[in-house]
Amino acid sequence: MLWNTQTYTGWGRALSAEGELARPERAAALAGLVTHPAIGARRSYGDACLNSKGSAVDMSRLDRVLSFDVSTGLVEAEAGAPIGELARLFAPMGWMPTVMPGTGFATVGGCIAMDVHGKNHHVDGSFGSHVTAIKLMVNGKPRTITPKRNAALFKATIGGLGQTGIIASATLQMSRCEGTGMEVTEQRAENWEEHIALLSSSQARYTVGWLDCTAKGKNLGRGIVEEARSTAVRPQSSHKGGSKSVPFNFPRFTLSKAMVSGFNKAYYLRIRDGGQTRIKPLEEFFFPLDKIHNWNRLYGKSGFHQFQCVLPDDKLPELRAMVETIAQSGLASPLAVLKRLGSDAAGVMSFPMQGYTLAVDFRESEKARKLIKKLNAATLAAGGRIYFAKDSLATEAEAKAMYPDWAAWAAEVNKADPEHTFETDLTRRLGLRSI
Amino acid sequence: MTQDSKDTWIILGASSSMARAFVRRLAEDGHGLILTGRDKDDLARIAADCKARGASSATNFPIDARDAATFAPILTHASGLEGQLSCAVFLGSMPDQSEIDADPSLIDGVIADSFTGPAQFLQLLAPQMEARGGGTVVGIGSVAGDRGRLGNYVYGAAKAGFATYLSGLRNRMGRSGVHVMTVKPGPVDTAMTWGLGKQPFMTTSEGVAGDILKGLKKQRNTVYTAGIWRLVMLVIRNIPEPIFKKMSI
Repeated sequence: MLWNTQTYTGWGRALSAEGELARPERAAALAGLVTHPAIGARRSYGDACLNSKGSAVDMSRLDRVLSFDVSTGLVEAEAGAPIGELARLFAPMGWMPTVMPGTGFATVGGCIAMDVHGKNHHVDGSFGSHVTAIKLMVNGKPRTITPKRNAALFKATIGGLGQTGIIASATLQMSRCEGTGMEVTEQRAENWEEHIALLSSSQARYTVGWLDCTAKGKNLGRGIVEEARSTAVRPQSSHKGGSKSVPFNFPRFTLSKAMVSGFNKAYYLRIRDGGQTRIKPLEEFFFPLDKIHNWNRLYGKSGFHQFQCVLPDDKLPELRAMVETIAQSGLASPLAVLKRLGSDAAGVMSFPMQGYTLAVDFRESEKARKLIKKLNAATLAAGGRIYFAKDSLATEAEAKAMYPDWAAWAAEVNKADPEHTFETDLTRRLGLRSI
Repeated sequence: MTQDSKDTWIILGASSSMARAFVRRLAEDGHGLILTGRDKDDLARIAADCKARGASSATNFPIDARDAATFAPILTHASGLEGQLSCAVFLGSMPDQSEIDADPSLIDGVIADSFTGPAQFLQLLAPQMEARGGGTVVGIGSVAGDRGRLGNYVYGAAKAGFATYLSGLRNRMGRSGVHVMTVKPGPVDTAMTWGLGKQPFMTTSEGVAGDILKGLKKQRNTVYTAGIWRLVMLVIRNIPEPIFKKMSI
């Protein structure tokens, strides 16, 4: 049976859509479905993966590895292949995807559509910079596009929110790795200044800061900075354990102020004063939450929002003020991330810019929405931008001001999709294709 | 695995979602694979996928359960291979019972896809396996074959026939060290059930693949997947016919 009517959501679960979904199992079945937007693992948080005005194609069963060359590290995979699966398969042979987002469940197609970044963005750039070819479905047939031969269409497809058409498969240049282990060094940062100093001076290929958004006053900006490199040392098996699942929606008190602040304090104090170095399995470093399936249920039935912005390097005081506002609000969850980004952005609508990115979760509530709207405005005022993979609350005016090249992108996209068949709730909400 | 990892598996109906999950597991264990099905392009993709995952070899052949002429090239190819040979049958088709009511001639196709085609293939393969003195046959039946029900009794009849065939084959092949295992899945989240919504005790293709491998390890004769279906079908089989005939489950 081709179509199934479902109510479905993004990872944040605060927004939902009802519509018909198809889930082709074979490329031949996809060929008949190319006039609907594609969705992947639905790991984007807001409405980028929703189409409440129509139908969508769930790409998760088109997940085959089509070719792999162990001498060059080039891999071609169908769009529904999870990025973490590529790491699992090829790390033992010395290759892993050059850029991996915070969840291994994100699909190759999704990583392209969002031009995702990883903990190594300051060194290796964004996902799209390592895509050497894309097979895009055009009029029911796959057409190969490359950065050289089809520069404009390619740049509109990378970070292009799926608007140029269904991505059938893509070829990625992976990077050499030593094995399946990561040597991870964790250090405490006592406050904002120390946190930024550690992030900016880090020489590691992989760097990420965990931020305690409940710490105030002299502790503001407190957190842990993780630096890592690939290692041939085998991780201890004690970390293995099976994956766990959150079986139901948690009640509201689970993430109450007291619980969050207590959790954060304990998490912080777990790191020894002088820092510590451990060997972790690759997936545990890159995808720390993937072991807990459905962790989004921790936020209860009504779901949550993630606010993620990037501000330019010279706007650190503004970023600090945002963190202060968040701390004062008492609305933040334990999961906040602070990262340095480099200047590389492979697509016209790519999120990354040289500077610092902050990502914070808020359980859905009117107060939280108000706060996020305030943070969105502050981001724009500071010359930064928010991440479409996370957004559900920005306004059209804000989005267009944050992404000044949107009109050029829209022109290219509207050429590829004159009927606007690939529009999603996000592109409609932000009017990204109405020139 | 009880098999030597150099074994080669012949997969009938490799494009099915369940088969794909199963061959991935075999590939990661380093087995050789002969993939058969009707979608040539998809077979090539699955072969590439399996090689990337560690299959020692992956070749593909077209097969049509309704056309015995497609069997010979596969059997000839297999006869040239060294080591043990195993075979897993995922072929089958399930048109809506209402379509069959409208056109009863569809029954021939269902029986050929789900029972007589695979049975003919296995019958031709059997001497090879006996001569090699080992290997495994995995046949996918269905809980629908355990009792004829209103909703899909033609499909159920085909699967019942196949299960009975497998039972006899097990009896014959066991004498030569070949193990035959019957697998009876309940509803599985595949293209076949997409659109029906959530079904009772539904499992995934990956779950089925895991249950098959577990069953092989324990040399089981019949495996229900999800496991709860063994109990459910025990109950359903034992409902007295005068009552059952009035039920619509």
